[in-house]
Amino acid sequence: MGHAPQSPPSPPAASPPMASSMGSMATAPPMGMGGAFSGPPPPGSAGFQQPPGPAGPHGFPPQQGPYGAPVAGPQPAFPGGFPGGAAQMAGPPQKKLDPDSIPSTTQVIEDDQAKRGGQAYTTNQRGQVPPLVTTDFVVQDQGNASPRFMRCTAYSFPCTADLAKQCQVPLATVITPFATIPKNEAPLYVVNHGEAGPLRCNRCKAYMCPYMQFIDGGRRYQCGFCSCVNEVPAFYFQHLDHMGRRVDMYERPELSLGSYEYIATLDYCRNNRPPSPPAYIFMIDVSYANIKSGLVKLLCEELKTLLDSLPREEGAESSAVRVGFVTYNKVLHFYNVKSALAQPQMMVVSDVAEMFVPLLDGFLVNFHESRSVINNLLDQIPDMFGDTNESETVFAPVIQAGMEALKAAECSGKLFIFHSSIPTAEAPGKLKNRDDKKLVNTDKEKTLFQTQQRIYDQLSKECVSGGCSVDLFLFPSQYIDVATMGEVPLHTGGSVYKYCNFQVEADGDNFLSDLRKDVEKPIGFDAIMRVRTSTGFRATDFFGAVYMNNTTDVEMAAVDCDKAVTVEFKHDDALSEEAGALIQCALLYTTICGQRRLRIHNLALNCSSQLADLYKSCETDALVNFFAKSAYRAMVTQPLKTVRDILVSQTAHMLACYRKNCASPSAVSQLILPDAMKVFPVYMNSLMKSPVLVGSVELSTDDRAFHRLLVMGMGVEETQALFYPRLIPLHNMDTAGEGVPTPVRCSEDRLSEGGLFLLENGRHLFLWLGQACPPDLIQSVFNVPSFAHVSCDGNSLPKLDNPHSERLWSIIDRIAVQRPHSMKLLVVKQKDKTEMPFRQHLVEDKGVHGGSSYMDFLCYVHREIRQLLT
Amino acid sequence: MSGPLPKGTYKLPLQVDEDFYFILLSYRVCVQPVVEAPSLTRGLLTCIPPASCTGSPESALRPCIEVSGVSAATAREGRERDCSGTGTSALSLFSEAVMATYQEFIQQNEDRDGVRFSWNLWPSSRLEATRLVVPVSCLFTPLKERPDLPPVQYEPVQCSRANCKAVLNPLCQVDFRAKIWACNFCFQRNPFPPSYAGISDVNQPAELMPQFSTIEYIVQRGPQAPLIFLYVVDTCLEEEDLQALRESLQMSLSLLPPDALVGLITFGRMVQVHELSCEGIAKSYVFRGTKEFTAKQIQEMLGLMRPVNQAVQGRPPATEAPISCRFLQPVHKVDMNLTDLLGELQRDPWPVPQGKRPLRSTGIALSIAVGLLEGTYPNTGARVMLFTGGPPTQGPGMVVGDELKIPIRSWHDISKDNARHLKKATKYYEALANRSAVNGHCIDIYACALDQTGLLEMKCCSNLTGGHIVMGDSFNTSLFKQTFQRVFSKDYNGEFRMAFGGTMEVKTSRELKVSGAIGPCVSLNAKGPCVSESEMGIGGTSQWKVCGLSPSTTLAMYFEVVNQHNAPIPQGGRGAIQFITHYQHSNTQRRIRVTTVARNWADAQSQIQHIETSFDQEASAVLMARLGVFRAESEEGPDVLRWLDRQLIRLCQKFGQFNKDDPSSFRLSESLSLYPQFMFHLRRSPFLQVFNNSPDESSYYRHHFVRQDLTQSLIMIQPILYSYSFYGPPEPVLLDSSSILPDRILLMDTFFQLVIFHGETIAQWRKAGYQDMAEEILQTRHPMPRYIDTEHGGSQARFLLSKVNPSQTHNNLYSWGQETGAPILTDDVSLQVFMDHLKKLAVSSAT
Repeated sequence: MGHAPQSPPSPPAASPPMASSMGSMATAPPMGMGGAFSGPPPPGSAGFQQPPGPAGPHGFPPQQGPYGAPVAGPQPAFPGGFPGGAAQMAGPPQKKLDPDSIPSTTQVIEDDQAKRGGQAYTTNQRGQVPPLVTTDFVVQDQGNASPRFMRCTAYSFPCTADLAKQCQVPLATVITPFATIPKNEAPLYVVNHGEAGPLRCNRCKAYMCPYMQFIDGGRRYQCGFCSCVNEVPAFYFQHLDHMGRRVDMYERPELSLGSYEYIATLDYCRNNRPPSPPAYIFMIDVSYANIKSGLVKLLCEELKTLLDSLPREEGAESSAVRVGFVTYNKVLHFYNVKSALAQPQMMVVSDVAEMFVPLLDGFLVNFHESRSVINNLLDQIPDMFGDTNESETVFAPVIQAGMEALKAAECSGKLFIFHSSIPTAEAPGKLKNRDDKKLVNTDKEKTLFQTQQRIYDQLSKECVSGGCSVDLFLFPSQYIDVATMGEVPLHTGGSVYKYCNFQVEADGDNFLSDLRKDVEKPIGFDAIMRVRTSTGFRATDFFGAVYMNNTTDVEMAAVDCDKAVTVEFKHDDALSEEAGALIQCALLYTTICGQRRLRIHNLALNCSSQLADLYKSCETDALVNFFAKSAYRAMVTQPLKTVRDILVSQTAHMLACYRKNCASPSAVSQLILPDAMKVFPVYMNSLMKSPVLVGSVELSTDDRAFHRLLVMGMGVEETQALFYPRLIPLHNMDTAGEGVPTPVRCSEDRLSEGGLFLLENGRHLFLWLGQACPPDLIQSVFNVPSFAHVSCDGNSLPKLDNPHSERLWSIIDRIAVQRPHSMKLLVVKQKDKTEMPFRQHLVEDKGVHGGSSYMDFLCYVHREIRQLLT
Repeated sequence: MSGPLPKGTYKLPLQVDEDFYFILLSYRVCVQPVVEAPSLTRGLLTCIPPASCTGSPESALRPCIEVSGVSAATAREGRERDCSGTGTSALSLFSEAVMATYQEFIQQNEDRDGVRFSWNLWPSSRLEATRLVVPVSCLFTPLKERPDLPPVQYEPVQCSRANCKAVLNPLCQVDFRAKIWACNFCFQRNPFPPSYAGISDVNQPAELMPQFSTIEYIVQRGPQAPLIFLYVVDTCLEEEDLQALRESLQMSLSLLPPDALVGLITFGRMVQVHELSCEGIAKSYVFRGTKEFTAKQIQEMLGLMRPVNQAVQGRPPATEAPISCRFLQPVHKVDMNLTDLLGELQRDPWPVPQGKRPLRSTGIALSIAVGLLEGTYPNTGARVMLFTGGPPTQGPGMVVGDELKIPIRSWHDISKDNARHLKKATKYYEALANRSAVNGHCIDIYACALDQTGLLEMKCCSNLTGGHIVMGDSFNTSLFKQTFQRVFSKDYNGEFRMAFGGTMEVKTSRELKVSGAIGPCVSLNAKGPCVSESEMGIGGTSQWKVCGLSPSTTLAMYFEVVNQHNAPIPQGGRGAIQFITHYQHSNTQRRIRVTTVARNWADAQSQIQHIETSFDQEASAVLMARLGVFRAESEEGPDVLRWLDRQLIRLCQKFGQFNKDDPSSFRLSESLSLYPQFMFHLRRSPFLQVFNNSPDESSYYRHHFVRQDLTQSLIMIQPILYSYSFYGPPEPVLLDSSSILPDRILLMDTFFQLVIFHGETIAQWRKAGYQDMAEEILQTRHPMPRYIDTEHGGSQARFLLSKVNPSQTHNNLYSWGQETGAPILTDDVSLQVFMDHLKKLAVSSAT
């Protein structure tokens, strides 16, 4: 089934409009930072009718690819295309639009990189729009949080709720509290006020930050958030200079920086006791499937070395993280690996109906102290279960066991669960196979993404309250109900990894690399996040891998460097242009060595009563992140069609509002997009074509649920890559070059028969090989003489000692470093059956499983806009 | 009882029973011979010269001897075997047998058959029998050690009548020519099986020979099942205790037969079932200590279920090795493994907050042990050995909560119905014990703690299955260590003194029916013609299960004479009883021991003298005491005492010689002379008195009382007191306060305690080597007695002072004007007062 579109609204679409009447397209002229809206764009600067050419100062130069016309020719119409879309467009060939004339994402990225790449971005101004996520820049914290930590959908909020409602641009920020800071940027400073603890506003409890205004000679300060005047405690007193600033402003991070940390006092700890260092528990499914696939052996072997690289505090000799081991099938096996033992001890718990932890002492141990016992254990596990024929597994009791173990040890931590099959053994959380393709594209489709058993909701809640995060590695060979199994990881700040039909040779390296990254990555535990805002607006909705017990506290059992929370704001009242909008995100967490800390991120935004200011300061990537998460969350409660319709109508609304209020009067037929949002439609189209939202029986339900889980925790960088993959031409690469070559637009048109392309979206990595690729290139890359010899299975890409191969691998390695997940490289040959999954990712084209092409979507949106305007 | 007691004295509670009035009368005249006779102790009783046997005409004695198979010839043969090394002539033994008194007759019967009857002549009618007060009953030791009894290697020959099935015995009439024998219980005439074709009056099978009134058969039935020892170990112990227990357990492995199966369950807050077969990793299955499982669930969770598909596919189930092998392994295979495992046994790691008891899941641990054996080795000899250091504090079977501020129940709480967990826990353990008994597994309890451990609730586990209970202060005491070691002691053949899965069946001749049994057994509910309707003890059945047996295990069997008064028994008629005991010998053989005894009938009207002479007062005292203890388990203490008193008074009325309403004229014949004294001490014993004993101690004492043999039981009723002085060899003395003299060392044996008491002036002679005196008893008794070494005025002297007859108390000390003995600070009545009162009541015409 294709993308189910809105049925044409009754009156206007009686006769399909002619393509020519779709109008020309224009984008708003460039806008300087903070500059005033510079008037309407030159009419007809980038019309469809005009021959390709420079389209204004920031138009879209044609992509002069050296490879000819698209191979596939005109795409066939698919059922359910947009009315007035492709079918009509493709009809009259004379009206064929030039794809180069529509806004190009690659171009926008390239331009931003050229303009702001490699520069320092100082955060000293309120409401400045940061460079794109794809751009390479250095942040200098001068009072506002780095965009790596917080990236907003708009940097100038409308002053009133009416304005906000009118434009329908979501006001949100994507917070990645633990975002990795590049080496060339300063790490966060840690403030320690000792016994006194962090300084906070008496009324709104906001933490001391650069927005606090010291008055009365420094004896008091006024809170920037709630305007309450507080006494400055004696230990903190400092005189003010002639500017009214404290003289020690630059000596104190909390007065001069956007992001910093406080050492928390005991008041901030559970039960008023300092927390213990967290623990990692490895829980391995040793049922038949995992034994047979070789996973258990591989994993046990890997753990022996992996545990040496557990995360540790800067400068610490060894990691404070303790480790524990559990294996399970229908029953659970706990291991006592106390260093004093000569042999590990195994304790079997068969009572899965009421899970409990059979031992306390010796279950969670320091790896360095118990190394020999643990190694002994890891050696024995594959043998012990080598001849198992147990194929049933339990799941909920496993999580419960881990959680109880952490609870008993009074620490937070993370469970690494390596699971193979749908849990069918008689136990709480037993699942049945409910995958029903008949439900696809019906109102009941949403049930496929709902949790099957209530116990998993309950478990999530308990895990979060106990600071127990769950990372799930799935190795299914058939339906495993990711939607249900991923419930707990999703709400506990965990990650889900999925390796279908796992084979050690093919997927082992990916898995190990994922596991290694997952174990090593910086992480905070038992976290509570609170987002405070200045008066006039407040955080109303939170999207992400979090758990909400009430409406304000975001609880996360763990939060790592890749997890982002998207926070939506709503107006309470009018905002003033002078005061702006202030956001303070405070995250209370336990460090990897068991210290309780507060991480504070502050961000000041502009406010404006002019909508133009809003549109100027919009951030497309953050918007997409917001829309993706909100749509993916809505889809479990609403039919997919409704969700898609809302996305389209909101897109149209936002753009129509711009057209109405900000663009100068011009022909209605002309499509005018705000400069900051000119590639927004391509992302939205891609989002609607994503496997989650496109209803197709050909897509596995698990894959869709998995995709959904992934996106819920993603930051802006990841969603950007996911919804607009990089298509990198390699056949003409400069073998002496560095870095990743400039990508081309993500469309089949850009492929050429003689080419070699790499496609990457943070999750998948394809190497596409054109039929007519020169044999010498094939030889140097694949080490086979011709196209026909290239095989698509497994690891067919060798590492060879020639410039092409080395360059290719350096590109692949570079990409791998940029992404938090390892990607399995798939070689795809043109016109081969393996091309299908690859084509799914050419987001400017018509979707393989449905969904319109970029151009069709644009036309459709344009039509919607026109209807809104009239 | 109020106010602080003087140090070092022991004050017994004032026991005023409504049947007795405190009237001090001169008692010396008539009781003196009794009291002063040197026969106060059991050891000396049998040494009374035969001549002193009065009123026992040969006529009464002789048929009896012949009937019961102790013919002169038999006696001779027996003696010859006994004394073959001594060179004594057969003739002298013969004459001795003829001269035998009832004392000797009783002794011989006990030695040969392990049977002591209350009456050795039986009243011939129901009415007369009830008038005798003490029922026709016996103490029977089914596996009495008989070094002289070689087992025979064939199946017993059974009576072919379906509801009889009695075993061929020396009392049967045999027609050698027709090769037919008549059952002496149902008079069915049975042909001999073909294998007996060669039988003749000169070629008789052993079971027909009179000296084989007790005979043991080794039978081949079913596969040989190994012995199983399942250790259930509490880990909530102090480190020192645990260490001692670890060592004891490790040591015990060397004592087990090499092919015995052994298993280990440990418990604390959780219960761990240890897998013993695995190499490399020590593996155990863990259960929550609060959740009860059915046997099926336990087997499922331990992975012991047989694959179900076998039955489904209709294939005959292959004879597979028992799958239980993971948890129960031959000792020789897992010796090292288990030693290591025990060595690494850690204290329960769960923290115990201040003011709490450790969480101890004894109930679940036992239930899992029982379930494990039930599923894997039903009807196979197995011993569950529970080692616990405190009361169960959680889960089903919990005896006390984990709050230390709430103490464990006392007798006071129980009488006030204030013991919250008592009923529930008792019910729980009873259910477990019954399950275990059904499968023939016995449960031992080794409870070592300073406070109570819940024996009251758990006692049934051992009582119903024939297991041991050992109570000590710590595992790190010789009391526990040696007692435990003694469990594995071996007999003259180098075989363990334990037998398993016993069933005991009783057959009676028509005039007699069996009313019940008291001992470490459960009823098998086998109805039959010889089951009486009136129950005494565990009745309503002719078969009992005794899961754990030792050579000293003794059951009290009670019978009812059902012959009607108007249906006289023909002259020379005999009543016969056959005990058939099936059991698994410790060498895993299946054996059947058959004991057939017979006694003469006597008309109580014409032959009351003879019946009186045949009275075995020692056996009767124990038999009545067992009845009393059995009642005490379910009735209020005073009710039991009153019942005992009434029985005693009735007996005295029946057999005493007196003039009405003249207490001073009261006489008792010698065969009854000691009986009142036994009753006096029984009344004061911890079996019936709970004061100053914790419920656990009472349970412990009662447990041992209902299973020990006659000698030990008598010691328990009336402790033995030896006096050591410089004036002569050690001598038994009266258990009386007058025996406590300054220049004596006293040794008292109460079975449970050995008290060495130093007289007041003996302190400087302390190095007199008294250890040697106690050594012998300490070496042999199971359980090992508590060894108490004390002196005059010492706090531990209470053990002695509470036992001796308080003939001198603070009330009468000076009235006697004597300087000997030590006054006891008690308001208890003395034996003298007791006797006076008894006489008064016995002669009273009012009753």
